[in-house]
Amino acid sequence: MTESPENPNPQNPNPNSPRTDASSLSAFGASRRNVLFGAAAGAAFLSGCTSNESNDGKDAEAGQANVADDKPGKRVTIGFAGPQADHGWLNAINEQAKERAKKYKDVTLEATEGSNDNAQQVGQIETLINKKVDVLVILPADGKALTQVGLKAMRAGIPVVNLDRVFASQQAYRCWIGGDNYGMGLNAGRYIGEKLKDKKNAKVVELAGIDNLELTRERTEGFDDALKNYPNIKKVARQAAEFTVESGQSKMAQLLRAEPKFDALWNHDDDQGVGAERAIKQAGRDDFLMVGGAGSKRVMEAIKADNSVIKATVLYPPTMAASAIDLARALGQSKGVGGLAEFEIPASITLYSAVVTRLNVDEYLPTGFK
Amino acid sequence: MSAPRRGVRHLSLVGVLVALVVVGAFTKPEQFLTSDNLQLILTQSSVIGVVTVGVTFVIIGGGIDLSVGAIVALASVWATTVATQEFGLGGMLLCALSVGLGCGLVNGVLIAYGPMVPFIATLAMLASARGLALLISDGKTQVVTVNSVLDLGVSDSYVLGIPPLVLVFAAVAVLGWLVLGRTTFGRRTVAVGGNAEASRLAGIAVRRQRLLLYLLSGLCCGIAAFMLIVLTGSGQNTNGNLYELDAIAAAIIGGTLLSGGRGTITGSVLGVLVFTTITNLFALNNLQTDVQQIAKGAIIVAAVLVQKGRKTS
Repeated sequence: MTESPENPNPQNPNPNSPRTDASSLSAFGASRRNVLFGAAAGAAFLSGCTSNESNDGKDAEAGQANVADDKPGKRVTIGFAGPQADHGWLNAINEQAKERAKKYKDVTLEATEGSNDNAQQVGQIETLINKKVDVLVILPADGKALTQVGLKAMRAGIPVVNLDRVFASQQAYRCWIGGDNYGMGLNAGRYIGEKLKDKKNAKVVELAGIDNLELTRERTEGFDDALKNYPNIKKVARQAAEFTVESGQSKMAQLLRAEPKFDALWNHDDDQGVGAERAIKQAGRDDFLMVGGAGSKRVMEAIKADNSVIKATVLYPPTMAASAIDLARALGQSKGVGGLAEFEIPASITLYSAVVTRLNVDEYLPTGFK
Repeated sequence: MSAPRRGVRHLSLVGVLVALVVVGAFTKPEQFLTSDNLQLILTQSSVIGVVTVGVTFVIIGGGIDLSVGAIVALASVWATTVATQEFGLGGMLLCALSVGLGCGLVNGVLIAYGPMVPFIATLAMLASARGLALLISDGKTQVVTVNSVLDLGVSDSYVLGIPPLVLVFAAVAVLGWLVLGRTTFGRRTVAVGGNAEASRLAGIAVRRQRLLLYLLSGLCCGIAAFMLIVLTGSGQNTNGNLYELDAIAAAIIGGTLLSGGRGTITGSVLGVLVFTTITNLFALNNLQTDVQQIAKGAIIVAAVLVQKGRKTS
């Protein structure tokens, strides 16, 4: 260690290392980590000496012995049950899950046909339970309505990874992974807020998703909360569409007539955004900025091209399905998650609703769904 | 229905429309009574309007078509899948029309020559056409890249300030009105719907008439599907959602008897306009979805009650 963290002075006595506070701290952090890793390696060496089992040292370096990685392990059969993939995002969820399962030689995926009918999905999950799959990944059409079958699976000794729409009881799943609807609204609101903070009497319009879904209300709540930080901005209109292109076009056309002038639009869903953008083009309007939701490939490409009203989209990444398969495999092999010190996988993981703009779009383009 | 009574029925619907316009002019004076907004109301009426004309014929002929929304979805998806878009505007239009006609043919054959009642046959078509649309589209939105199609939906293509979609709706409505009121086909439709057995005894080919009615409804769905492609710039398996209910509701409000034998195209068109104007009013006044649904239900009941009151008095 060349520097002391207690003296992070930029005017360092040593003229050869003009470091800032942050870099000196991170340098300290890195060297401390090295010390820890050294200790861990030593411990591994010791345990290697005292144990008959071989230890490859890499596991020990991470601070835990049993972390899921790409190497084939115990065979795991994962049952996957989701709703009917009748639009882009859910379709991407299915694809992500299937592709990730294919990547692992030790994973067999038993996927059911998607259904939006609660009773039918319960039946499909019960079939998977009867087949005695090792782990279940469930994206319920309705989390509350499918809680009982989640409980049943857990009681049968099959751990459940609950994907996105959450069960009503924590006893019904071992691990929940999903998106952050409130955070989506919050980040959309913050982005728009920052863009308009210097504008007097700025007006914002919201094109929401299906109003009888809880997630739509959460997205709106987050959006409203973010806008509270910007007293100069007022939300002047909100209409709910139905996550379809047709409803997006029709509701947006109405909104454009209702509000002859506004500065920003947040559209909850990029798929209905196809219709919304069409209505905007048909009305010949380009006097506002538009923020999308969910993160489709088409919208990301439009953001990159920067030749339309759409300037950003707030992610609700379908990659969570691939992560759910990772978690299910780790559960089936009784392993933890790499990069974390915990011995078990977490009880819940909430994804971050990143804002994709022209500046970072290249990074996110590969995750955009069609 | 005698001509004067029909006039009264239409007059009461016009009354409802006028009342809505007054409410609109009162609550949103700057936005409601503009040519832009009038264009919007007509454009938004046009797709469901064309479907409603077809459904009206079927209902007058004593049948029912629950599959219209699903046929619109299937036709729009089929006409926008990549292979079809390669053939440009003509290819897509032809595809949409033939898918509509094909589905209508299946409905018609099952109902007219098969052992099925209209409710069951078209219910089966509803399920399978939507399923097929989902299968073909793979759950994805098929974005249209053919410029000649997209151009039809933007203001440059307006004829004397009227969007082409509205012109198509007007043409279909006028043709429907002529066919129903001025041709043998129209008279046979009313006769078959009123009393099928008597029509058969009078020498009308009842089966063929029924087949033709479902073909007509399917054709209207094909036209509507292409209009929807122009309007939204895409084909999606969720297109035409609940069209069957909206079209039937508009026809009923317009005075078509659900048991068949009576109805007018003018009434159906007015019914569609009432619905779209209500939706437009709600959006302009920024009403939330729940309030919209309740108010819409109330207005449907009110509109029918007004008509009933006029009829008996």
